[in-house]
Amino acid sequence: MAAFRFSRTALDVAALRAELADPACGGYAAFEGWVRDHNEGERVRRLEYEAFEALAVREGERIIAAARERFGVAHALCAHRVGELGIGELAVWVGVSAAHRDEAFRACRFIIDEVKHRVPIWKKEHYVGGDSGWVNCERCAAPGAESGAHAHERSR
Amino acid sequence: MPPSAACCAAESTISPKALTVQYYALLREQAGRREEALTTSAPTPRELYAELAARYPFTLTPEVLRVAINGEFSEWSTPLAAGDAVVFIPPVAGG
Repeated sequence: MAAFRFSRTALDVAALRAELADPACGGYAAFEGWVRDHNEGERVRRLEYEAFEALAVREGERIIAAARERFGVAHALCAHRVGELGIGELAVWVGVSAAHRDEAFRACRFIIDEVKHRVPIWKKEHYVGGDSGWVNCERCAAPGAESGAHAHERSR
Repeated sequence: MPPSAACCAAESTISPKALTVQYYALLREQAGRREEALTTSAPTPRELYAELAARYPFTLTPEVLRVAINGEFSEWSTPLAAGDAVVFIPPVAGG
């Protein structure tokens, strides 16, 4: 299966982790991104993820290929949810297996950081008060916003 | 280049062409649609976005957007061709 993939249903971490098993690997590192109940002072009730999937998969595969080359890790996978998610749900999972732990940790960090920066995925927050907003889009749309030029570099 | 070829090459970039535009996230909501087929004389994505921004209440400026043509990241100055599938990409927020 593809090293970068989307899912409309809950991610099966045990199954994803099993894909990384390799007798030559002594280290495994994973990152889980969860839906948090607050962001920038707002109380978040639920999230909605949307992706330009054709390009996102292509860009995600490039990130994983770069991680494997740069850190020399054996296997790497990233799975991202799309659709409606509730608080506490697993939104994104990255897993890496390697001969040693150091490259596994570093590759895992690299992949999640690059995914957040570059892959065409959008997140809409629905707040407790009933409002909603697309993360990184509402603020930079404000007239005279200075952060706009950096929108694609922003990450939290 | 013979004059006739120069004439036709120039003409092909400004004559109306049929293409599709797909919208995601905030742009999808502001356009009120996921996709549309349209005919435009815009030579590049830059003029196409300006044309669409005059029609829809877009709040995002080109400076914060990226553009993709036929499923791959592209430049704002890339000449548009008939049949192209264009996507304007709002600031991303995966993870």
